[in-house]
Amino acid sequence: MSTVPRFWRHIPQRYNLVGTHCENCDEYYFPPRTICPNCRRDAKMKEYKFAGSGRVVTYTTIYNATDDFKRQTPYNLAIIELDEGPRLTGQVICSPGEIEIGMRVKPVFRILGKEGERGIIYYGTKFVPAEGPV
Amino acid sequence: MRFMRSVSIIGAGCTRFGERWDDSLRDLVVETGIRAIEDANVSGEEIDGLYVGNMSGGRFVEQEHIGALISDCAGLSRLHVPSTRVEAACASGGLALRQAVLAVASGYSDVVIAAGVEKMTDVTGGVAADALAAAADREWECFFGATFPALYAMIARLHMHRFGTTREELAAVAVKNHHHGCMNPISQYRTEITVDKVLKSPLVADPLRVLDCSPITDGAAAVVLAPTDLARKFSDSPVRILAAAQASDTLALHDRRDMTTLDASVYAARKAFDQAGLEPKDIDLAEVHDAFTIGEIVAIEDLGFVEKGEGGRATQEGLTAIGGKIPVNTSGGLKACGHPVGATGIKQAYELVLQLRGEAGERQVEGAEIGLTHNVGGCGGTALVHIMSR
Repeated sequence: MSTVPRFWRHIPQRYNLVGTHCENCDEYYFPPRTICPNCRRDAKMKEYKFAGSGRVVTYTTIYNATDDFKRQTPYNLAIIELDEGPRLTGQVICSPGEIEIGMRVKPVFRILGKEGERGIIYYGTKFVPAEGPV
Repeated sequence: MRFMRSVSIIGAGCTRFGERWDDSLRDLVVETGIRAIEDANVSGEEIDGLYVGNMSGGRFVEQEHIGALISDCAGLSRLHVPSTRVEAACASGGLALRQAVLAVASGYSDVVIAAGVEKMTDVTGGVAADALAAAADREWECFFGATFPALYAMIARLHMHRFGTTREELAAVAVKNHHHGCMNPISQYRTEITVDKVLKSPLVADPLRVLDCSPITDGAAAVVLAPTDLARKFSDSPVRILAAAQASDTLALHDRRDMTTLDASVYAARKAFDQAGLEPKDIDLAEVHDAFTIGEIVAIEDLGFVEKGEGGRATQEGLTAIGGKIPVNTSGGLKACGHPVGATGIKQAYELVLQLRGEAGERQVEGAEIGLTHNVGGCGGTALVHIMSR
């Protein structure tokens, strides 16, 4: 069992896809980075809220999960490239046959997991197929 | 980087790999330690230090402080030998070897033991899977449901999409490594499998199936190092270490420059070949990190044995089988020999020692003179490459 602060501190990123933008090199980061790997000490980092739309770079369908996710199998997991450039790992809600490389996706707010009947419920972003431009 | 002085392996030992229900982590350490120390013909008083690779004693057996533990189990507590545990997930063994090499190469120590151990079957499968998932990015991969096979499955999917690698080519890695494992007395699996059997095994993370994955394994391995100048005092057949290189990359797979390449492997290999003054074509055999079948395909490309994208076809054509141009994973690899995560990097060195001494029995690579080991932490956050010669 984890304590509440462990999840609480990531709420802006996991609920609203808040990352950072380096105004020195114009690169975007998610999750937020304090130090820009391109500019290091010359970085000018500013908070940035991503729209969350992007495309599937690669994906898998998980049939054998850790205990926390067993109830959800089979589920799709993908690496998604956001339109601003950074990539992240997240679930894509659709049937296993429907997901493909290059597919456009948009974010949705969902329950990600629960620590037992009385434990913490944690929320965050999943993705769904986007029809047309998003 | 240059070594201040040349380093050789003067002794090596390894336990049988598998589900060792009767043996604890301590038993495995003692078993392998005795073999390596007897093989090296050194006395306790001559040992200047120990390095041990162990990924997750805390999760697997609820025991940390593995450095002091192995020194104690090895009977060295009254000699107060410095003993250091190092960790780089599944590359912990390779990391221990490199730290030991540096200790001897620098001139600080003479006789140093590099060991690796993992006892993985004292917890249930779910706990073991979660402990292994800690090698990935807990907050930004695992939190969203990523598992280790899933990360490699996403590498495989992209490799298939970009280079036309087929499901059958992935299976060919497992079939070959099981065939090699059948000839290795320490191997966890000593059974032949077929491509058809791999393709009919249950899905873990599409496109990877059960028989694409390395197993949960108990095991330990150790090698004893000494300056090459002193090596003949202990051993008639020392194995010289020509290179010990290490590189790192982003923790999360999604942050990589190219998800079909492990840049850490590329950089470690480049440094290793530079240190040794050799090229990929000079290598007679290699032990590479095939935690999943796609891992071996990507590895033989990243190490420069084949062109990028050709790893699957090369495997299917037999290039990497014993008798092929560059035999890979003659031990059976992680896939068949087993993958006690902290011990794997040292077991790879153990296999090369046997091969370069000509003691590998029916899996002996004829005329083997130069070998390479490649050990990966996570899905490429750390990579180690060692090159050795007889």
